[in-house]
Amino acid sequence: MSEPHGLDLTADVLIIGGGMAACWAATSAARAGARVVLADKGFVGTSGVTATGGPNHWSVAPDKRAQAVEERHARSFDLAERDWMARIIEETWRALPELTPYYPFDTDGKGGTFYSGVRGPEYMRALRRFAVDRGVTILDHHPALELLQDDDGAIVGAAGHARLDDRDWRVRAPAVILATGGCAFRSGLIGSHGNTGDGLLMAAEAGAVLSGMEFSASYSLSPAWNSTRTLPYFAARFFDAEGQELDVPPPMSGEAAHLKALARAMDAGPVLADLSDAPDLLKQLLRRIQPASLPPFERRGIDLFENRFPIRLFGEGTVRGTGGLQIIDEDCRTSVEGLYAVGDCATRELIAGATSGGGAQNAAWALTSGRVAGKAAALAALRMGKAAPGKAIGRAGLRPAATVRAIDLTPVVPAVQAFTIAFDGTLWRSAAKLEAAQERLDELWRDMADHGHARGLGRVALREQAAMLASARWVGAAALTRDESRGLHMREDRPLVDPAQARRLLTGGLEQVWTRFDHAISQTQLKEVAA
Amino acid sequence: MIAHIFEERCDGCNSCVAACPTHVLDARTDGAPVIARIDQCQTCYMCELYCESDAIYVDPDQLARPTITPQAILDGGQLGRLRHDYGWDQDAAPGEGHLSDFWRLGPLLREGAEIATRRYAAFKADRG
Repeated sequence: MSEPHGLDLTADVLIIGGGMAACWAATSAARAGARVVLADKGFVGTSGVTATGGPNHWSVAPDKRAQAVEERHARSFDLAERDWMARIIEETWRALPELTPYYPFDTDGKGGTFYSGVRGPEYMRALRRFAVDRGVTILDHHPALELLQDDDGAIVGAAGHARLDDRDWRVRAPAVILATGGCAFRSGLIGSHGNTGDGLLMAAEAGAVLSGMEFSASYSLSPAWNSTRTLPYFAARFFDAEGQELDVPPPMSGEAAHLKALARAMDAGPVLADLSDAPDLLKQLLRRIQPASLPPFERRGIDLFENRFPIRLFGEGTVRGTGGLQIIDEDCRTSVEGLYAVGDCATRELIAGATSGGGAQNAAWALTSGRVAGKAAALAALRMGKAAPGKAIGRAGLRPAATVRAIDLTPVVPAVQAFTIAFDGTLWRSAAKLEAAQERLDELWRDMADHGHARGLGRVALREQAAMLASARWVGAAALTRDESRGLHMREDRPLVDPAQARRLLTGGLEQVWTRFDHAISQTQLKEVAA
Repeated sequence: MIAHIFEERCDGCNSCVAACPTHVLDARTDGAPVIARIDQCQTCYMCELYCESDAIYVDPDQLARPTITPQAILDGGQLGRLRHDYGWDQDAAPGEGHLSDFWRLGPLLREGAEIATRRYAAFKADRG
């Protein structure tokens, strides 16, 4: 695999990914005394869904925390843990002010400083500077292709391709943190082009377990031609192409009523939004608050608050869906030795249960999981010293099981979207629909695993396709096994919550995908987190 | 998708090549970068934000290859506009930080949802 003149580094902690969770992990590991390398597929500052967004963090004043946890726990469909919820609030409250030298925090409108909400490009720029100042080695445009595993099964590094230099890279480290984000299945969601489930595939090749993959029906509304943020749409009215107003319940309605009404209407024909009812102050301030909301309109000569325009729902997969790698302890370890998972590539059931942690919770989770894993990985690595020699373990797309053969990739994206993005298979799942779609995915996976092969830069795109296939198969298997409706998992053939299934559902495997219900949820004890 | 890089404005710093999270652009040893992999463009505008020369323009359609002409881009007055709106082209005026209204995002979002809720109740009442 290794090509001549490649980059070969050693570190205490290797972080794969370059969004907010990766950066918080990097700064935390560096503070704990580790030599940290962060390798991102894109550019740390613009990569991922935070950079193009504006995350509010779940950051609650101490006297209101207990109530916030109780309220949110009551809506989690019994799969969240109060201790974890309290922990991410507390850690976020403590951490954000540390960014003051790097981020221009401003007024909260009440005479104080507004820390909890940050604008994406400035936030990621700040986190990059913070990491650089802490001595983190950042490798931009260094997509990881596969993990390195030692003879005992522990992860000891990763290898990939440096795409601007067109050479291979390898970093050996006794602790590896995956921060590769959720998988948006190439829905076109803003910021998510690189969110193809790469970390999930790499971890599964090492034997890691996933959890909550069935909780993945989530969408955001945008102009039909350009995915943006959703702030302007909350007061929207909706019309069909003939100008008839549609019966769409308001955004905060229960049981995904708003989403389902829009999806049904879009299946029938174009849907237009009318934003003329938006708050007056929003009309004045949108440009100052969220400037990137405007170009899709201004560059088309459309006044977004005056003219009706066609809209689309962009699927969010496991970005705002909730599944990801299973976390087995309070340090965010996965089930594989030496491997940690943080941010959206980890399951967020711990803090959101069967619902979306989208927005404030996921941001607080990304920050907290990054910081606790960064510290724990650093301490573990410093105890261990040097990484043992390891073998590169990537398979599908890198080391085909049978003869190398050109494979047709055009059916992959439609197939992986069948029950993750496409409305009918995602919002109205049924055993019959899932079985048919899964059969198709199994065929495509077989083809990829047996014959898929690329060299150099071509491996990056091929592995992305393999990772989406693997991720979709876990979603499908979990959606089929969870024989009920719960939160973001909606089965039209099983419309009710079944109290007997109030457990997390684990999945994994590549050749054969498996599922099994986890043991009943126990409330873990809080311990001291990174200060 | 990225529509055009204005060679006469570009200073060859290659910031856009580095900043593009999806590897759309290739650097050249002399002259402006080239749009090498347009199919990977997600229309996120990050290249514009990082271009201090305001030399790169993103067409807002993420589903179709851009057809807009360089002259039409110049006539549209949008070149550099986004970076200006973010405040990345100038220091903030005293007491008026670029993010001084950002705290209003949450309240405005909730106000929008309340407007929709009230209107929907009236809409349902009308229809009986």
